[in-house]
Amino acid sequence: MKNLNYIICILFGLGITLNSCNQSQNTNGALSSSAAEKVYVAPGEQDEYYAFLSGGYSGNLTVYGLPSGRMFKEIPVFSQFPTSGYGYSEETKPMLNTSFGFVPWDDLHHPDISQTNGELDGRWIFVNGNNTPRIARVSLSTFETEEIIEVPNSAGNHSSSFITENTEYVVAGTRFSVPVPQRDMPINEYKGNFKGALSFISVAPDNGRLNLEFQVLMPGFNYDLSHPGRGKSHGWFFFSTYNTEEASSLLEVMASQNDKDFIAAVNWKKIEEYVKNGGGTKMPANYAHNVYDEETHTGTSTMIKEVVTVDPTKVPGSLYFLPTPKSPHGCDVDPTGEYIIGSGKLSADITVHSFDKMLAAIEGEKFDGEAYGIPILNFEEVLAGTVKSGGLGPLHTEFDDKGNAYTTFFISSEVVKWKVGTWEVVDRKPTYYSVGHLMIPGGNSRKPFGKYVVAMNKITKDRYLPTGPEMEHSAQIYDISGEKMELIYDFPTHGEPHYAAGCPADLLASNSKKIYRLDENKHKYATIGPDDARVERDGNEVHIYMSTIRSHFTPDNIEGIKVGDKVYFHITNHEQDFDVPHGFTIIGQGTSEILVMPGQTKTSLWEPKKVGVWPFYCTDFCSALHQEMQGYVRVSPANSNIDLSWSLGE
Amino acid sequence: MMKKASILMIIGPLFLLGLYFFPLWNIMLGAPQYPEPLGMNIYIDGIKGVSEFDIQNIDGLNHYIGMRTLPKPEDMWEFSTFPWVIGGMVALGVLIGLLGFFEKVSYTWFMGWFVLMSILGVLGMYDFNAWMVDYGTNLDPNAIMKLTNADGTPVSYKPPLFGHVKMLNFDVTSLPSTGAWLMFVGMMMTIIAFFMGKKAWQPKSKTSAVRPIKIKTNDK
Repeated sequence: MKNLNYIICILFGLGITLNSCNQSQNTNGALSSSAAEKVYVAPGEQDEYYAFLSGGYSGNLTVYGLPSGRMFKEIPVFSQFPTSGYGYSEETKPMLNTSFGFVPWDDLHHPDISQTNGELDGRWIFVNGNNTPRIARVSLSTFETEEIIEVPNSAGNHSSSFITENTEYVVAGTRFSVPVPQRDMPINEYKGNFKGALSFISVAPDNGRLNLEFQVLMPGFNYDLSHPGRGKSHGWFFFSTYNTEEASSLLEVMASQNDKDFIAAVNWKKIEEYVKNGGGTKMPANYAHNVYDEETHTGTSTMIKEVVTVDPTKVPGSLYFLPTPKSPHGCDVDPTGEYIIGSGKLSADITVHSFDKMLAAIEGEKFDGEAYGIPILNFEEVLAGTVKSGGLGPLHTEFDDKGNAYTTFFISSEVVKWKVGTWEVVDRKPTYYSVGHLMIPGGNSRKPFGKYVVAMNKITKDRYLPTGPEMEHSAQIYDISGEKMELIYDFPTHGEPHYAAGCPADLLASNSKKIYRLDENKHKYATIGPDDARVERDGNEVHIYMSTIRSHFTPDNIEGIKVGDKVYFHITNHEQDFDVPHGFTIIGQGTSEILVMPGQTKTSLWEPKKVGVWPFYCTDFCSALHQEMQGYVRVSPANSNIDLSWSLGE
Repeated sequence: MMKKASILMIIGPLFLLGLYFFPLWNIMLGAPQYPEPLGMNIYIDGIKGVSEFDIQNIDGLNHYIGMRTLPKPEDMWEFSTFPWVIGGMVALGVLIGLLGFFEKVSYTWFMGWFVLMSILGVLGMYDFNAWMVDYGTNLDPNAIMKLTNADGTPVSYKPPLFGHVKMLNFDVTSLPSTGAWLMFVGMMMTIIAFFMGKKAWQPKSKTSAVRPIKIKTNDK
């Protein structure tokens, strides 16, 4: 019995010591605030940062606030979006046109905010469609998709859509190499015959218009991710590769045989000059260029029939391979532009190349052979250092403004903080679970804002209340203002976020548009004044020029429509008040509603199939009299003689 | 001293020129769903929104209660008359000041101008208030919302002439604006000019034989 007491005493003693240990770990002094306070944005207050998370297979881009993790908007880009009518309205259907026809979905991966002198400037955000290769430009004043350009000769548009430091180019690399030009050939003749196209799409500085300037045709590897050089390495672009084995089947084994793949260093300035001087080959092509005009509120699609391709071996000094271990995935460049970080995804370590050493090795011709005529630099000559991480499966790296790098580890499910230059690991925190990309606002620019890092995970499991087999992916926010990272929040995302981009709120908030001006509306079918409201017939096409204002449609009684007509409702919202959209839909509508912003015109096509009197209504609870905002269309038999007529309040 | 008073009398009415550039009155309408309130600035020649589309949006809201749309300049004779009245009063005030400077008229004319201006101001306010009563109570009988007070009389939507009232979901605040304050300062200057002139006058009136004759001419 005495012994037992003794043991209990010891146990209590241990308990107290353990408790006190825990306490000292959880507090960093008396002034440290709780995680809840750090993420709490009080009602009526606003977040410090915007975060744009890719939606992956949702095809769209989502807008969040940091540190609250609140979602503000889903911006439709590559996918039809019934919420607003994007991809359903007559004006936005052309935005989803491709050389494969109308493609209403894609897989959106890598948002990148426009930059000037390597710093975020908040004009546009660029995103890539991975499946049917496309690049889109989204306006950061309207938060709407303004332009989509298809990328020919590409497949699995994954090492995209990263921009150069003055937004000269948005760069799109192919993940899957394919025959260029596409042709009917045996798959097992891949090796040596397939090509990987790296596309350089220029961005017009005034209006952001995209133009595919040239494509660099690379050996048939997989070009996985990329990032631009910045500062002293501006003018170069770095692409990670895997499958330098050039396997076309069972890649998980066959493409994992080489101990090292490459990071391809492309001197785009040299190639740009070569093309400007008439270099390159004009190749027949067929790809869509879709532009949405803010004044006509209308998208147009143009097919382009030619592309300039460049064989990099014809441009001396334009391309080198940097050997990088273990099938590198992420390819990130630090804020100074000196270090290129290659994350061998099957490795424990992170490989860091030095830009200065690369230039010296090129100068000194320190080559270890070549691949398809492209010099391979000696690994030791370009290596700046290795981060002995202690983790497994590094994927992506972002940077803060204090000389630290943060790398995600998919397999060991953690974020590891390390010092750029000494390669010393200073902290690690678990993620929940299996993290992919991470994002620090400006963390991929010359000027990061190192306050928060967002880790975006692939697996959710038990983080939230279960919702059946399918769950939204989880993301975590860490406070990185101190020496140690601190997990402060965990929130579900939408679709599958891959990369994200963020910026300080004040960069965008004051430029965010509140309305479209009705007096600038140049839509072909706009109804500028209520007196212009009318109905016109052209064969079996009927055009209804309709306006909306709280709380009625003008006109709201329409007769003379016949079964088999194609009825175009061109709705112009006459409101000039912030956040007062009107919606429109009609019974049996085979597409979606349309949501019309103040001053905007949108068109919904309705093909009546049944005789009767059919109601339409406003879908957005616009006002106290919203329920009254409705009307009727009389649909007569195809052979009837009823004249067109329309009215309001008669 | 009379010269200084006259200079003040010349400058004072010039402050009324501010009414051509700045609003006379301002009415702001805030509500839960209007965290940035709607507002109208009332100028001597018309009504403008504080933000570009405020008038359209106020009219949009007013249609629920059956109020007429806010008047355009051509809808009210006041907006074409007031600029002339103000211009005339400025000219008259400056003229009196100049005549005072050259000692052709006495300081009592300064007070005369002030009294006339005050009468016109009160008439203007009366007219303004009558207009607001008309707009706020003379409503469309088919209005969407017909609200009554507890005693069964229709609710009036007349904004206050001065100060704040709660009107349905709106907080309505009506206050003089920059133009009115400039006018006030200018008018105060003419009052000061009057007293300065008076002070300068009294000792001189005992010593000078010429001056009383001028008073006579003034009084005729």
